Amino acid sequence: MNDMRPGDEAELSEAIRAASGPLRVRGGGTRGAAREGAVLETAGLAGIRLYEPGALTLVAGAGTPLAEIDAALAAEGQRLPFEVPDLRAVLGRAGVSTLGGVVAENAAGPRRVAVGAARDFCLGLRMVDGRGTVIRNGGRVMKNVTGYDLVKLMAGSRGQLGVLTEVALKVLPRPEAEATLCLPGLDDARAVAAMSAALGSPWEVTGAAHLLGRGTYLRVEGFEGSVRYRAGRLRDLLAGFGSAAEVASPWSAIRDVTPLAEVPGDLWRLHLVPSEAAAVVARLGAEAAVYDWGGGLVWLRMAPGVDLRARAGAFRGHATCLSRPDAVPESPEIARLTAGLRAQFDPRGLFSDPAGA
Amino acid sequence: MDMPIPNAAILDRKARIVAELRRVLPADAVIEDGVELRAYECDALSAYRCPPLAAILPRNTAEVAAALKVCHAEGVPVVPRGAGTSLAGGALPTADSVILGIARMNAVLEVSYPDRYIRVEAGRTNLSVTGAVEEEGFFYAPDPSSQLACAIAGNIAMNSGGAHCLKYGVTTNNLLGVTMVLMDGTVLEIGGPWSDAAGLDLLGLVCGSEGQLGVVTEATLRILPKPEGALPVLIGFDSSEVAGACVSDIIKAGVLPVAIEFMDGPCIKACEAFAKAGYPDCEALLIVEVEGAEAEIRHQLGLITDIARRHNPVELREAADADQAKRIWLGRKSAFGAMGQINDYMCLDGTIPVSSLPMVLRRIGELSRDYGLDVANVFHAGDGNMHPLILYNANTPGEQEKCEALGADILRLCVEAGGCLTGEHGVGIEKRDLMEVQYGPADLEAQLRVKDVFDPQWLLNPAKVFPLHVTASRRAG
Repeated sequence: MNDMRPGDEAELSEAIRAASGPLRVRGGGTRGAAREGAVLETAGLAGIRLYEPGALTLVAGAGTPLAEIDAALAAEGQRLPFEVPDLRAVLGRAGVSTLGGVVAENAAGPRRVAVGAARDFCLGLRMVDGRGTVIRNGGRVMKNVTGYDLVKLMAGSRGQLGVLTEVALKVLPRPEAEATLCLPGLDDARAVAAMSAALGSPWEVTGAAHLLGRGTYLRVEGFEGSVRYRAGRLRDLLAGFGSAAEVASPWSAIRDVTPLAEVPGDLWRLHLVPSEAAAVVARLGAEAAVYDWGGGLVWLRMAPGVDLRARAGAFRGHATCLSRPDAVPESPEIARLTAGLRAQFDPRGLFSDPAGA
Repeated sequence: MDMPIPNAAILDRKARIVAELRRVLPADAVIEDGVELRAYECDALSAYRCPPLAAILPRNTAEVAAALKVCHAEGVPVVPRGAGTSLAGGALPTADSVILGIARMNAVLEVSYPDRYIRVEAGRTNLSVTGAVEEEGFFYAPDPSSQLACAIAGNIAMNSGGAHCLKYGVTTNNLLGVTMVLMDGTVLEIGGPWSDAAGLDLLGLVCGSEGQLGVVTEATLRILPKPEGALPVLIGFDSSEVAGACVSDIIKAGVLPVAIEFMDGPCIKACEAFAKAGYPDCEALLIVEVEGAEAEIRHQLGLITDIARRHNPVELREAADADQAKRIWLGRKSAFGAMGQINDYMCLDGTIPVSSLPMVLRRIGELSRDYGLDVANVFHAGDGNMHPLILYNANTPGEQEKCEALGADILRLCVEAGGCLTGEHGVGIEKRDLMEVQYGPADLEAQLRVKDVFDPQWLLNPAKVFPLHVTASRRAG
């Protein structure tokens, strides 16, 4: 079957109604082909539809390349605050990130600790569900409790419930200045303790990451004078952890997990309670690790095929393997609701098989 | 506002239903006496009242689950109630429903400062969450103006906001996990003290679902370190349009204040008469608050006042210290009380894109004249969350209906301007019949299907959020 590339929402709806079997929805193609099925491309649903810098809002088609959005925002001194990771290098994939993919993955980089993830910046959306029905939810205003929040349900749903066609986003000003402090030589547990102290301070840390053997990094952003002041206070606060030096920005590398790009093995992502992270990681025998979000997120390289979840045992949080199709086990109660929602939005199973891949 | 006709078969079975509830709950947790039930006949939308069949006050998740199982088996609708402060009628009962009050569940269960979270029982009040952590220099960010009284359970149900959302977000941005009981008594754990779900974001779905998907009994909340300090600046203008343009310019300049509050002429006058805060006599007033260390605050206030001066303000007053800050906030914080002294009022919370502020304010003025009812505007301007207060006299026959009609027109206007019906109060019964203004049939159907998954019999708070005619067939099932 030829790839389908609907030019607008109506054509997409028609394509979904006419589908007779599984569909593989393709945005910019950065996720690889995880499942069988006819390819349905969203590239035709592209373009910035509205941008009001004074209202901090931008609305764009789901197929819009992220780079186009970044450029439009940069021209007005604004940005997507949640720092979208570019995992192409670490996953060995090609393609172009699109807005729909970013939202479907609920992308979030180092700034997650301060501002939140993609879900926290999605104000509204349009989508087509597995019945071919066009659904609108939310809007383009920053506070909206009118009806159920299907925007959150769709953010991070990895396309299981339907195809996004348009997303309204809250954006934020790009700060004038940034500074990064580095504490050398801390072991994982001490590093997490240092990051917790920094994140628990009033100095508005917007990045807290730890690379074993390289250092523990802390970022502050804002107006120049304020950044100077807060970096100084932070250095004083952390004196017990060593002497913090100001270094060049490591944040795009941390965001994109590039320190793990050259390390072979499966890529795993763990969401954890920060103060418990070092103990969990210690029992895994990973090849290499990157701590982000003050220890709330850990990226690991594991020897191929290792079942990390079995090694980890019970811990608070969850782990996902990104190098192969993987579904995080859910409690029976959550699994029942998830299956129920899938059956409502995608009764023919076009977007996911019953196992949830 | 209509409510469904009570199910006579349920009313007839009251004695048996109460007996069943008493079987699973302590004696003092089941209220069936007519006089005692009056306490549960309404919430803060007090124009609408109806005593429930019974009220229950469970003490823990297991009791909530046991009681819901009973109601599920008996086919009795259940209306969850936090502190009863809903302005939208979210906790309004029907005569055939059981009120499930969460007020006895108010304990702090766990606090972790290194991991920056607190786990509480959901009946705990919003302000007392901050109260539990402030000695360590932390706070819970969402701050609805009812925060002294309102419960976290209700905050989650309505996805409550407050004055400081521009920087800190609303409840959904600060909620990490819940323990929730489904209508059939199933107990669920969603999320926890880590960031982001592994599968579907059910937490995001539950937050703001107005108690229709489950009863939240415990919540894990993000706590934040308190900033070093905060100071406001007060800026007066001779027109709302200019004030609106100033808000937009402040945001465009890259300053992100924690709050931008806006008051219009009628509101300023009423607050001044009531609180004597020393406000200038002008058409529009902004209170812009910034946070940080002393030098940061001065820097940001400098940028803001530079921008404001370009708009020729009639008054520009920087707070020099905490005392002056308090005076600047005094009038704003007493706005609702001031209005209450003059008249009965209805408070709306439609939200609009900040760019359409001048147009919407002008149209509200025209509508106010057409209806012959005064409207005072006080709102969170940074995020476009309006709070028009319609003043009326409840004792004048027909005036409440007129007020509701004007309110509906104002909310239609908000939707036309690209906004929404409610920014933080929720739909409840108050805006239920306007949902079709904002959403088409397919948009609503998608939401109803979500409720079908969580509560297939439509027993949990069933007469809220959606127009009754839209949900009739489901509720009958």
